Amino acid sequence: MKLIFERSVLGRGTDYIPEPDMGMTAPDFKPRERKLNLPQLSEVQVDRHYTELAGETRGVNGGFYPLGSCTMKYNPAMAEDLAALPGFTGVHPLQGDESVQGCLEVMRLTEKCLAEITGMDAVTLQPAAGAHGEFTGLMLIKAWHVSRGQTGRTKILVPDSAHGTNPASAAMAGFEVVNIPSDENGCVDLQALRAAAGDDTAGLMLTNPNTVGLFDPNIADITRIVHEAGGLCYYDGANLNAVMGIVRPGDMGFDVVHVNLHKTFATPHGGGGPGSGPVGCKKFLSGFLPGWRVNEKDGALVREEAKDRVGDVRSFGGNFLVVVKALAYILSIGREGVPATAANAVLNANYLMHLLKGAYPMAFDAVCMHEFVMTLEGLKEETGVSALDIAKALIDHGIHPPTMYFPLIVHEALMAEPTETETKETLEDAARAFLEVLQDARSDPEKAHTAPLTTRIRRPDEVKAARKPVIRYDFGA
Amino acid sequence: MGTYVPNTEKEQREMLEACGFQSFDDMYARAGIPGEMRLKGDLAIPSAGTEMEVRRTLEKAARKNRVYASVFRGAGAYRHYIPSIVGEVCGKEEFRTAYTPYQAEISQGLLQSIFEYQTEICELTGMAASNAGVYDGATAVAEGCEMCRDKKRRKVLVSGAVDPKIVSVVRTYAFGRGAEVAVVPEKDGATDPDALRGMLDGETACLVIQQPNFFGCEEDAGALAETVHASGAKLIMSCNPIALAVMRTPGECGADIAVGEGQPLGMPLGFGGPYLGFMAAEEKMVRRLPGRIVGETTDINGQRCYVLTMQAREQHIRREKAGSNICSNEALCALTAAVYLAAMGPEGLRKTALSCWANAHYLREKLSEAGLEKVHSRPFFHEFVMRAPGEKQARDILRALDGADILGGLLLGDGRMLWCATEMNDRDSMDRAADIVKEVLKP
Ligand SMILES: Cc1ncc(COP(=O)(O)O)c(C=O)c1O
Repeated sequence: MKLIFERSVLGRGTDYIPEPDMGMTAPDFKPRERKLNLPQLSEVQVDRHYTELAGETRGVNGGFYPLGSCTMKYNPAMAEDLAALPGFTGVHPLQGDESVQGCLEVMRLTEKCLAEITGMDAVTLQPAAGAHGEFTGLMLIKAWHVSRGQTGRTKILVPDSAHGTNPASAAMAGFEVVNIPSDENGCVDLQALRAAAGDDTAGLMLTNPNTVGLFDPNIADITRIVHEAGGLCYYDGANLNAVMGIVRPGDMGFDVVHVNLHKTFATPHGGGGPGSGPVGCKKFLSGFLPGWRVNEKDGALVREEAKDRVGDVRSFGGNFLVVVKALAYILSIGREGVPATAANAVLNANYLMHLLKGAYPMAFDAVCMHEFVMTLEGLKEETGVSALDIAKALIDHGIHPPTMYFPLIVHEALMAEPTETETKETLEDAARAFLEVLQDARSDPEKAHTAPLTTRIRRPDEVKAARKPVIRYDFGA
Repeated sequence: MGTYVPNTEKEQREMLEACGFQSFDDMYARAGIPGEMRLKGDLAIPSAGTEMEVRRTLEKAARKNRVYASVFRGAGAYRHYIPSIVGEVCGKEEFRTAYTPYQAEISQGLLQSIFEYQTEICELTGMAASNAGVYDGATAVAEGCEMCRDKKRRKVLVSGAVDPKIVSVVRTYAFGRGAEVAVVPEKDGATDPDALRGMLDGETACLVIQQPNFFGCEEDAGALAETVHASGAKLIMSCNPIALAVMRTPGECGADIAVGEGQPLGMPLGFGGPYLGFMAAEEKMVRRLPGRIVGETTDINGQRCYVLTMQAREQHIRREKAGSNICSNEALCALTAAVYLAAMGPEGLRKTALSCWANAHYLREKLSEAGLEKVHSRPFFHEFVMRAPGEKQARDILRALDGADILGGLLLGDGRMLWCATEMNDRDSMDRAADIVKEVLKP
């Protein structure tokens, strides 16, 4: 495929805006001297270029996309229309409160729904993604300890199965990370947790259901141990799709939670973003929430900043148009649909796991939540075929591969999350493809290393890319 | 409900049975969820709505917002013309619904679009390397500060002429890492170089400036770069991307890191987001850039292709030792910027920038004739500060403009107002605004 710069022809272009009316003057600032190499194309060329790129991009509507930990559910078409309403897109974030009542209403209702679903008392919509929410939540924990003079609480406990953003966020919030090992069931090792929790514990970060797709049965003990040590409990809500409307982080003893609107609440992933990572907390932490809060005053909604807030984690109030999409989704599935969505997500995962079980060894033999992790360690030892090889072969069957090599505690891991928006027959077709791929791999391991066979490019050389990085087009002299 | 959960009750029963569950409750019980922890009763949220009902609710909310016919307010979010092609391309299902391109073989389109975006950001800023973007302009500054800090150099200086919202975010991130932040005073609408010299020391990691700055004025970035470099610190320039088409680039000024708010590049105001933080750096700092970076390579057949690269910087490999925690970014906004830049081309972007400049200068003269006082005398781009005789008059002006469907400048206190004009404001609307100001200030 040609790069857009390789399609550029000197002198081509578009006419979107009128000639500037410069009057008699010329700019007095120091001018740019460097040539500006942007593509020079007609509009149809721009469109065709991106149509070609879209043709080599796999979206959710292109087929089964069981990318574990990412909740690649269907993104409602309606939500796009609503987020594109001029009454939302045309609003400047620094307009007066009286002129943005509709936006504030959307935010307030979303906050209320999320607080109810997570069992928390207050929610901020400012964080732009899950990791951003983690950082925000940890800053609340930090601010709380500091406000009580507990500056010796410098450690955050993080299970070794945690997503990489958890320890990275803890480090950004200035905490030392203490890794807590998982037990043989993939859950938190209570003994290790007890040993680690103490006077220097600021808190615990936990994903539940955890990253191997299991609900930690000791959850009440876990949060109690941390609280008794004087720490707070942070809930990574990346996996909320399994339990929303069934159990609530707030009821499990958690003090802070983030949710990913781009996972659980069906807003599209945009090729990597934008997401939105609202943070909910219990009342005693709400005064530390960043940004402004939507409050009601004399029958109107107003934006107010709490005096103890941890500042801002980004400009303005958050990824508002993403929030609109999430609210559209919440209102459409409603209080009946929230638990039904979770239950069907869990059922779909168990059904797919059931169909694969005999052939694909599961990392943990237990009823799973919304996703499950397979381990191909045995296959690798026997045949040399890796989780990567299997993943690539699935591409030839029209399936987006599951998440590979995560969590780190499972070797040769493949993590599949079908989501509730897939049909029974899609799961059955997918299972047949998974089994066929495995069979092919056993009968011809050499060939398995060369998959996929049907794509235009195959097995890019990642080592070469990283060793001598070429990360922009070279226009030459 | 059936809209997004396809399986019928009959199918659900069949599946439960196949898995050996008696019911959904049984399934959750066997998955280890303690019964006493289960939510009793319904969630207190609205009942399910049909698409028609949900649309009605949200359309009603949208109608409660004011969308002004003319906007003369910027301060970090700008109303620009967005060619229709931008929405058409970015609405394509594949770009919209895919996730991070982990699987290169089925993500070449997305990967290549990011590579092209990175190239365009390098071109705009005159820097060597760009990442795939971060959450917004303010977090880009905060991440930039972290790129400059090390054990010895822990202090971050921020110019007092930088947007207070950016300063707030830098402070929050610094409180996290335990870094020190000090604000360099502003003098006559720009960073005070004498004050800066007094504040730089062996522990200073970097200086953050904004170009044009919060007051719209040009910073003498080249001179500030020299001063900062003389003490071994780095210069971070937060730039308006439209202005970069005509103003001296961070690369030409000697900046070490160039960042900015990408919203002007095709993203609507949207009440504050989603926006885009762009980030570029000089060659030496490439491996300190946070977030996704796409690189060119070849496949097993020797064909050119693209992959996520230098991942050893990132949280999923480095965990607590990663420079940043960013995972999901603002990819679709980066694509928006790339499509906008490709559609506008160099000439379109230059025209946009010059229109902003010309309109802002026209508006400033008109407002001055109408009775507002010019506050700064430096070269400016498309924003400028004017002073009303008092805070009351400033508020009266905004109210009068509001009545004429015009969003006036942002109040900065003491009767000062930050005004903005872009290519969207025609002469008529500027004349009308000035007439209204004149009417309010009439003795
Ligand atoms: C378990 C878990 N936690 C946190 C995150 C981070 O979320 P985000 O990518 O929105 O920053 C992810 C995302 O993939 C995740 O799977």
